Amino acid sequence: MNDMRLTERDVNTKEIKIEARQVQVFYGTTHALKDVDVEIEDKTVTAFIGPSGCGKSTFLRCLNRMNDTIDVCRVQGDILLDGEDIYDKRVDPVQLRAKVGMVFQKPNPFPKSIYDNVAYGPKIHGLARTKVELDEVVESSLRRAALWNEVKDRLDAPGTGLSGGQQQRLCIARAVATSPEVLLMDEPCSALDPIATAQVEELIDELRQSYSVVIVTHSMQQAARVSQKTAFFHLGNLVEFGETSKIFTNPEDPRTESYITGRIG
Amino acid sequence: MPNSDHIVASFDRDLEGIQAQIMRMGGLVEDAIAKATQALELRDVELAREVRAGDKAIDALEEMVNDEAARIIAQRQPIARDLRTVLTVFRVSTNLERIGDYAKNIAKRTETIIDQPPVNGTGASLRRMARQVELMLKDALDAYIQRDAGLAADVRARDIDVDQMYSALFREYLTFMMEDPRNITTCMHLHFMAKNIERMGDHVTSIAEQVIYLVTGDLPDEDRPKQDRTPHDAGVTK
Repeated sequence: MNDMRLTERDVNTKEIKIEARQVQVFYGTTHALKDVDVEIEDKTVTAFIGPSGCGKSTFLRCLNRMNDTIDVCRVQGDILLDGEDIYDKRVDPVQLRAKVGMVFQKPNPFPKSIYDNVAYGPKIHGLARTKVELDEVVESSLRRAALWNEVKDRLDAPGTGLSGGQQQRLCIARAVATSPEVLLMDEPCSALDPIATAQVEELIDELRQSYSVVIVTHSMQQAARVSQKTAFFHLGNLVEFGETSKIFTNPEDPRTESYITGRIG
Repeated sequence: MPNSDHIVASFDRDLEGIQAQIMRMGGLVEDAIAKATQALELRDVELAREVRAGDKAIDALEEMVNDEAARIIAQRQPIARDLRTVLTVFRVSTNLERIGDYAKNIAKRTETIIDQPPVNGTGASLRRMARQVELMLKDALDAYIQRDAGLAADVRARDIDVDQMYSALFREYLTFMMEDPRNITTCMHLHFMAKNIERMGDHVTSIAEQVIYLVTGDLPDEDRPKQDRTPHDAGVTK
């Protein structure tokens, strides 16, 4: 069983996209993540859940080296993307982040046009040689993010002028424009209304056909709806990792059960 | 298992509320089984009427429980153990309501056959069979409230006795009918009563299975021994 929905269980490839072994993260003297071992599958949505400060966002940020930008942060252990260590000295974090895209909690479009928001990544990574190619990438990315029809007549308008839900889908379009292999989403719907949330969830389901998606969410229902695998973090430990259907109907660890059912743990 | 309370205390009260209603239903149903068979044995038409009238309360409770459980799903989106609790409430209430219907049917048939001459000793054996089901129901409800999967498994295993009693009665009624056609009306009704009690046993078994699901997260495998051979019985060999 990979999915809560009986009818849609066939996409899972069982191929490991990201493998984390004995990952430790320190912020100065604070031990934020302890011995995290996890295997993230390709073409699968993996949800990270857990109370605030449990380390789930920290771990997510390790996966594309966003923590490099924090001076006091130290990461130990191995994180392998397709078998290669992403913390190897030869790996360029900028290239890595083109492969491992990220969408943040609050929509953060660049103060540029809708077109330029999406075109920026492909341009700096040299993914489009001509204007025609770039136009194609922008259109297909906006289509993938289910935003094309709403913005195709005003691509020159500023991205910041869109509604919150549209801005978030613009950020997703921007993230998919560089053809990533993994998409990290840090509470992508927490600032959105239910309709925009549903659109993003539908999008996640679409993206799963081509990417490995990792999503941090505080909504248990969202994790249950969109993911096939769920990881529960608590106080810096990965407490339980398994099939979403199992975690949400019959979790093994009492800490998981207390958290997801809203009990005092 | 974490037994601590929900952070939202009203959620705990909601869940306790529907389970308390299930227990109330269970009490009424146990009572209905006992009274229905007592009415038959004592040929007490008043008691039979009481059972028929009492079924309304059981039906009303079922409706109340289901409304409440639906409201909890809409408001709280229960998951894990809480989800199992709510799902179980739905199913158990349905089982209890059906058992209540069977008791009511026994009462109805009692009123019908009360003027017919009694057929030897049949009231008492039906009463024994009903007593067995009643005890199973009591244990199933105890298992439910104590979250005791072991006791539930025991209840599930005991349904075989009910099936055997039913098979025995089936043959007994056939014999009576063959011996004297004047027994046919009464024996047909008695047979339906026995069948009703046998079906009650199946519903109790289903409740026991729900308890196992509630506690473990898995329904037991369908390998329960069955002893109702009557679908294969063509008649009586003498």
